[in-house]
Amino acid sequence: MKRQDEEIPYVVERIRGLLDGQRLGVLASHSGGRPHGSLVAFAATADLKTILFSTTRATRKYANIASDSRVALVVDDRSNDERDFSRAAAVTASGEAREVGGDERALLLEVFLAKHPYLKEFVSSPSAAFLKINVRSYSIVTRFQDVRELEVED
Amino acid sequence: LTLVLRLGDVRDEDRARVGDKGFALARLVQSGVRVPPGVCVTNEAYLRYVNVTGLRPRILRELSRKRVQDMRWEEIWDASLRIRNLFLRTPLPAAAAREIGEALEREFSQRAVAVRSSAPGEDSARTSFAGLHASYLNVMGRDEILHHLRLVWSSLWSDAALLYRKELGLEVESSTMAVLVQELVQGEKSGVAFGVSPNDPARAVIEAIYGLNQGLVDGTVEPDRWTLERPGGNVVSHHAARRSQWLRPAARGVSLQSLPEGLAARPPLDDGDVTEVFSALMELERFFGTPQDVEWTFSRGELFVLQSRPITAGSSATGDDERAWYLTLRRSFDNLKSLRERIEGTLIPAMREDAKRFAGLEVASLGDAELVREVKARLEKFMQWSDAYRRELIPFAHGMRLFAQVYNDVLRPEDPYEFMDLLAVAGGLESVQRNDMLRRMASLVRSDPSLVGRLRAGELPQGEFGDLFREFMRDFGRLQCGLDQCAYGPELIAGLLAEMASHGAANVPTRDPGTREEEFLSCFEGDRRAFAVELLDLARASYRLRDNDNIYLGRVRAELERALTELRARGEDPVGGLGDLIPPEVRELMAPKGGSPLEGATEGGFHLRARQIVGQPAGPGIAHGRARVIDRHEDLFSFKAQEVLVCDSVDPSMTFVVPLAAGIVERRGGMLIHGAIIAREYGIPCVTGIPQATSFIKTGDVVTVDGFLGIVTIG
Repeated sequence: MKRQDEEIPYVVERIRGLLDGQRLGVLASHSGGRPHGSLVAFAATADLKTILFSTTRATRKYANIASDSRVALVVDDRSNDERDFSRAAAVTASGEAREVGGDERALLLEVFLAKHPYLKEFVSSPSAAFLKINVRSYSIVTRFQDVRELEVED
Repeated sequence: LTLVLRLGDVRDEDRARVGDKGFALARLVQSGVRVPPGVCVTNEAYLRYVNVTGLRPRILRELSRKRVQDMRWEEIWDASLRIRNLFLRTPLPAAAAREIGEALEREFSQRAVAVRSSAPGEDSARTSFAGLHASYLNVMGRDEILHHLRLVWSSLWSDAALLYRKELGLEVESSTMAVLVQELVQGEKSGVAFGVSPNDPARAVIEAIYGLNQGLVDGTVEPDRWTLERPGGNVVSHHAARRSQWLRPAARGVSLQSLPEGLAARPPLDDGDVTEVFSALMELERFFGTPQDVEWTFSRGELFVLQSRPITAGSSATGDDERAWYLTLRRSFDNLKSLRERIEGTLIPAMREDAKRFAGLEVASLGDAELVREVKARLEKFMQWSDAYRRELIPFAHGMRLFAQVYNDVLRPEDPYEFMDLLAVAGGLESVQRNDMLRRMASLVRSDPSLVGRLRAGELPQGEFGDLFREFMRDFGRLQCGLDQCAYGPELIAGLLAEMASHGAANVPTRDPGTREEEFLSCFEGDRRAFAVELLDLARASYRLRDNDNIYLGRVRAELERALTELRARGEDPVGGLGDLIPPEVRELMAPKGGSPLEGATEGGFHLRARQIVGQPAGPGIAHGRARVIDRHEDLFSFKAQEVLVCDSVDPSMTFVVPLAAGIVERRGGMLIHGAIIAREYGIPCVTGIPQATSFIKTGDVVTVDGFLGIVTIG
């Protein structure tokens, strides 16, 4: 049986597989204690420390994040059949979101568009914001009930 | 889609729907071989059943708590028992029951039948897995046949089948099972025949017994054996069995009876019979094109072929040691009865006697050479008993399993482990007796707290407390040590007593199994009731022994350790000095157990911890408290009331802290292991089968033990 430290690469790879394999995830934000969930197209950087997404500035999620940057993003690989209970995995990334600007924008945009080339016009629109989540921790659920938490170190 | 096909109507394209066994029999029927008439309930019936009733995802959930290859045998058995109970409690969809029922009624009316598995892949030329799935003989009437149909289906997921899942290609998503229903031929003599002997390709083998063939296939009745020349058929040798029993049809099912003397004196087959079976064997070989493994029976002088399958060249269900050993754990009722006699009458008394003899010898008074001899002698005894433990005592645990199956068959309870409440009759378990002594001492400490201080100061108080303490140390004191150290004195026990006195500890709840016992027994009539009473008694013995045998073996082991400790104290290196005498398995026993807990784990900029881990539910209830991880035996003496005990497995030297525990988490899995039995006895929530428990959980972590669902949540 795997020891805890031997399990890390396995868990990291499972998370990476989910984040690379899925295009969309559910972003949770809130305003004044009122929760809000919305589907977003996302991409993760190779070190898994950053997750990128884009939204127009008129959206509720944008307003929520402007008032409180704390967010969570849920990504899963369910196929909507009975096997999901044993085979599907879900990962929740938690952290703070903020708009990307300055030097890093070009680099991160490249990562995002490599996964979502069809969103080029969308992200480039003046009305759209490009955001990144600094991931503090991942929580991954497999086999319906097995839960591991992975803290990302600064 | 046709749910039922008569053997005479099976066509080539139906092969997958009727399974290998059904297809082979259909071919024989159609070419005029004498086969008991019957039908095949196609695998479409199975599919419709598991799909319409929603069973399929439930089976999937049972088998995906953890990967089957990571499960211990006990856990596989548990999963299989739970799945079987799902089948027992889930009726056929009405339309399918009507369609299959009407076909069965047309075919058999009230005649007795055999209901047998015909799973795809079960009998292919590459592999043979005979005996992994269930068959039932002498079943009568539409409802009974339909009930046994579900039992055979559930055996697609039998523990043995799960063990060979890779070879069988067993997958919840795709595996199905067809079922053969054939008229029961009440054979007077039956047997098996192998076209080619496994030992000599130039020979064929015929084995025969009196009565129904299941007696031979189960291994209950020893057969006469003939070896014959191929292809001529001259008998090369005849080995006569000790003929004493035969399996006969009873009012329902079958029963093992003693063989009338007239029959016992002569072989089941005469020369003419042997020739007839051999000719049929060769004819079948010509028909199928490969040597066959044939089951046959003579009824009123006529030979019937019950089954014919290719002899397998490759793997078989007995091919690999460990799994083959596991299969031998499935013992028949009669086998278990004689095993019990031997265990209770011979093994346990001898084991206790050895421990007592060792305990009576003052090792300190021995000279060096004598001491080395004594260590060797004790090592030999310990190995002898460890071996007996594996060969005879562990298999006896099957008494509980057999009872579980019968109990669940007749009562179909919601909780597949309800049967254990009937087995837990207070008073029998040695660990409970020991805990009771501790409890009595703790209650004396409660009224006179100075007792603890005096014990710590090395004084042994007079009166009731002192007597109890002496008695406790004599009976159980030496068990307090593991193999690595043996230095626990009154001080540690004083600490434990102080803890128990200030917090109280769980009593064994006094249960009244009377009502449930009557409910169980009332399901049986006539002779069957006597069987049920006997089986319950057997299961209780099996339950008691599962706990006590550990303690008796532990005593022998503690005595070995006592001598080893003395040897170490004299400056010898016992392992070095006796190196060649200590086999690896004993060395392994001597090594300290369990991995050291890590302060979380960090690698590559990530820090991992477990939030929730799934194991097996082993004692219902929910507990919430601080974890106490037991790495070394001394850790036990720091145990505080209402902590959650986290350990490799609760072995008998540990059970004394169980009454203090709020919950239990074990790395080892299974419902019928020592720790789970003790937890259930005390009504303590328990989750087993979490191999990562001692590395992911640290002493002091707050944990929640969900003993209903088998989940442990950390933090």
